[in-house]
Amino acid sequence: MTLQHVNVKLLAKNPEQVDLEPLIPIFHEWIQGQLFEELLLDVADYRHVPAGSGVMVIGHQADYSVDNTDDRLGVRYNRKNALDGNNQERLQQAARAALIAFQRLETDPRLGGKLRFNGQDLEIFINDRILAPNRETTREAADPDLRAFAKKLFGGSDHSLDYYSLRNDSDPRRLFGASLKSTKSFSVSDLLKNLS
Amino acid sequence: MKASNALWKQQLTGKLPESLAREVDIYESEIALRKQGKIDERVFAETRLRRGTYGQRYDNGQRHDGTKVQQIPYPSGDLTKGPMTMWDAPGMQRIKIPGGGLNAEQLETMAELAEEYSDGIAHVTTRQDFQLHYIHIEDTPTLMRRLAAVQITTREACGNSVRNVTACPYAGVCSDEVFDVTPYSHVLSKFLLGHPDCQNFGRKFKPAFSGCAQHACGLTNMHDLGFIATTRTENGKERRGFAMYVGGGLGAVAYQAKLFDSFVPVEEMLPLSQAIARIYAKYGEKKNRNKARIKFLVQDFGIAKFKELVLEERKILPPDPRWTEFVEEAEKFEEKPLAAPGDWPKSTTESFQRWVKTNTRVQKQKGYAVVTIALPLGDITANQLRSLADIARRFTKETVRLTVEQNFVIRWVSQSDLPEIYKALDAAKLADPGAGTIVDIVTCPGTDTCKLGISSSRGLAAELRKELTETGVKFDGSVENLHIKISGCYNSCGQHHVADLGFYGVSRKVGNYAVPHFQVVLGGEWEHNAGAYGLPVAAVPSKNIPKVVTRLTERYLANRTSGETFQNFVKRTGKVEMKSMLEDLTKATATDRSFFSDWGDPREYSLSDHGVGECAGEVVSPVDFELTAAEREVFEAQVAFDGGQVKKARDTAYHAMLHAAKALVKLADPGISDDADKIVSEFRTLYFDTQKFWDPFAGGKFASYLFDAHQKANAAYNEDATRYLIDEAQLFIDAAYSCNTKLSTPVSV
Repeated sequence: MTLQHVNVKLLAKNPEQVDLEPLIPIFHEWIQGQLFEELLLDVADYRHVPAGSGVMVIGHQADYSVDNTDDRLGVRYNRKNALDGNNQERLQQAARAALIAFQRLETDPRLGGKLRFNGQDLEIFINDRILAPNRETTREAADPDLRAFAKKLFGGSDHSLDYYSLRNDSDPRRLFGASLKSTKSFSVSDLLKNLS
Repeated sequence: MKASNALWKQQLTGKLPESLAREVDIYESEIALRKQGKIDERVFAETRLRRGTYGQRYDNGQRHDGTKVQQIPYPSGDLTKGPMTMWDAPGMQRIKIPGGGLNAEQLETMAELAEEYSDGIAHVTTRQDFQLHYIHIEDTPTLMRRLAAVQITTREACGNSVRNVTACPYAGVCSDEVFDVTPYSHVLSKFLLGHPDCQNFGRKFKPAFSGCAQHACGLTNMHDLGFIATTRTENGKERRGFAMYVGGGLGAVAYQAKLFDSFVPVEEMLPLSQAIARIYAKYGEKKNRNKARIKFLVQDFGIAKFKELVLEERKILPPDPRWTEFVEEAEKFEEKPLAAPGDWPKSTTESFQRWVKTNTRVQKQKGYAVVTIALPLGDITANQLRSLADIARRFTKETVRLTVEQNFVIRWVSQSDLPEIYKALDAAKLADPGAGTIVDIVTCPGTDTCKLGISSSRGLAAELRKELTETGVKFDGSVENLHIKISGCYNSCGQHHVADLGFYGVSRKVGNYAVPHFQVVLGGEWEHNAGAYGLPVAAVPSKNIPKVVTRLTERYLANRTSGETFQNFVKRTGKVEMKSMLEDLTKATATDRSFFSDWGDPREYSLSDHGVGECAGEVVSPVDFELTAAEREVFEAQVAFDGGQVKKARDTAYHAMLHAAKALVKLADPGISDDADKIVSEFRTLYFDTQKFWDPFAGGKFASYLFDAHQKANAAYNEDATRYLIDEAQLFIDAAYSCNTKLSTPVSV
């Protein structure tokens, strides 16, 4: 199967301590400096929506956000344009983009060091229901790619891969996804190194 | 653009209603032809708009980033999807939901589309539509196919066409209604969709239905075509019909609809609507879109002549069986409950009680209740939409509707199920209390995504909602039930005219900076189907608006008489006193930087995307003084109008416009005399012909207000026309402020 429109979300540590308001000027600066590979266009503020999209920077090829869907706060990368290459390359591209964004946010003084990667948890979604319907056949087809990706990301150390069992895993209406959890704690830069 | 568009087309082939499938296929071909340069960009823009596909802010390929205007290098280069509208720029898709009615499957589809093509959020509008933002044009045919698969069309959601037909969300369950207008709104919607007589309008055309005259829910007075249910007894038999209104509308200058006929039998609903459409298409303005809504035609003709023309047209319409074939079925129409009627639950938790108080209402059918879901700023997530679908299936026969207050209602909930549905909604974070209260603020998208936005209506709404929720406990019922409605500009999408506390975005200059402001609009009436429109009292810096709300509500609480409504309090207190109450809040100081950015947007405020230069000091120019004086005169015109001095009001409003025009003319001709002909003539040469006074989107509309007023300076004026003139004078002065800001700030591209 072809995995396109990959979303990667890296979960935050102590999410209750994170104030999303400083993200707005930060994201405007990202647009001002065009700091990422994608063409960044606008900031969308959904802080008023509970368990929602958080604060987003909207791009042409992809969106970045500090997303609170399902009350799980994390830095999310949503690839909107299709990408060439194979599944491994597309998974790694999305993960790398999310990690770079997180790295930048972790070191931004306006967030006061409170937005940190929790070191272990990452979620992957395929944001396209016809390419990847949320059902068993998709899981079977995607499994080898996702396992190979997880192995590389975590440098071969112990980890688990669950098919979106965090919540409503059996709900076929939700996006197909998987959660990866490492037993060892990694920094963002460690994970970036593993992907390089 | 999605990789799966071709797959969706393949998968849905043969599964869509034929007419909708054909419609989307045609649109997809037009997209391909536009990409090849074979369709003119203007033609393509109208065809796209008629499918509900709008532009969004920054789609002209540039964006002010807080320090300068940056060009946006979209990958498709110079390819456009309309004049000044870049192909790759994200756009907004509007989705019509006739009468606001949705079933569970449709809610699930909305969730999928919000997630896959937008930003995970579906936005509910003030006309029972959905809007999805940040959509790529090339994904729109797939999106439309997926909607068509669940019987939803986006056709004629925008453009010069018949827009969504709205209806009271309580139709069929409200104890005050005359009869259920639901089936009639659906019939009219279907009849007018794509009707050949509705394809040549100069502007949009919005119909609405209400089951009663006294409540707000249908807002028929502010619509192009409004129907209020009524009955008449003929030969001992009750006959259904409508009080039919025509020519209402908000927009920059709000018009109350005129009564066309106090009783139109249901059999005449379709042919008369068709005849009205024909008259509008035939006589309505086409070239000047600023005068093209039917309200101008009705005003120009007068309702008597307009009616005469319509009735003549009605006589020559070729008969159509659809005019009456629905009548029998419509009378039998009735939604059914899923559960048996139940008893009102005994007191449970405090949070449940608070929710019950504001978010439920008893149906006319014994044992059932309507539950309202108050959405913050009209936004709902994909997961919440799926939860709502589950709840609709579990407790009802999927009887969900959108409201014009940007909320959902779930109808036919057994009263004994209220504690359980509350739990289910709470789990989905959809059980916020306060529906229909002061915290349930209505707002248009404003500067967040709309290219017409002047100030951040959503940013302000979010801030007010936060502050009022925190302080809400100290409100008593009369303040709690006030309505706040906010528009990002004069175009009234947030319906500020019919709020207790209305606000619309304007800009003013402080020193050499543009500062986001809101006009405070007081005296509007939400009830009686938008029974009265408010008028602007003062322009206040955006950052001071929360203080305005606090001050006005505190003053109301302190000074109201027993049982006095806020609208009556404003009337009794008088505009002079209301304005002076806010006087200190109208000032922004150049030393306080917070005034120079808007709510939720830290960038230095820019009037348009043409940049604002650095401050060169705090010199107040003579033109600023003159414009302030002109604004004061408009206010005096309002006061005179409220006091019944129509002629004085009319003369003062006209003079205020002349005053503002003269202030601008003085910049080039300091010796300009007070001769009105000369002022208008020079203004035309200096500012209209050169387009310096032009609004980026409304063009020369505001200048035309002056020209019209000058031309009719000695003509007779009635009360309606004077009221419109006062509104026009305020808008002209707002535009003069904008023009002055543009002239005095360098463009940094």
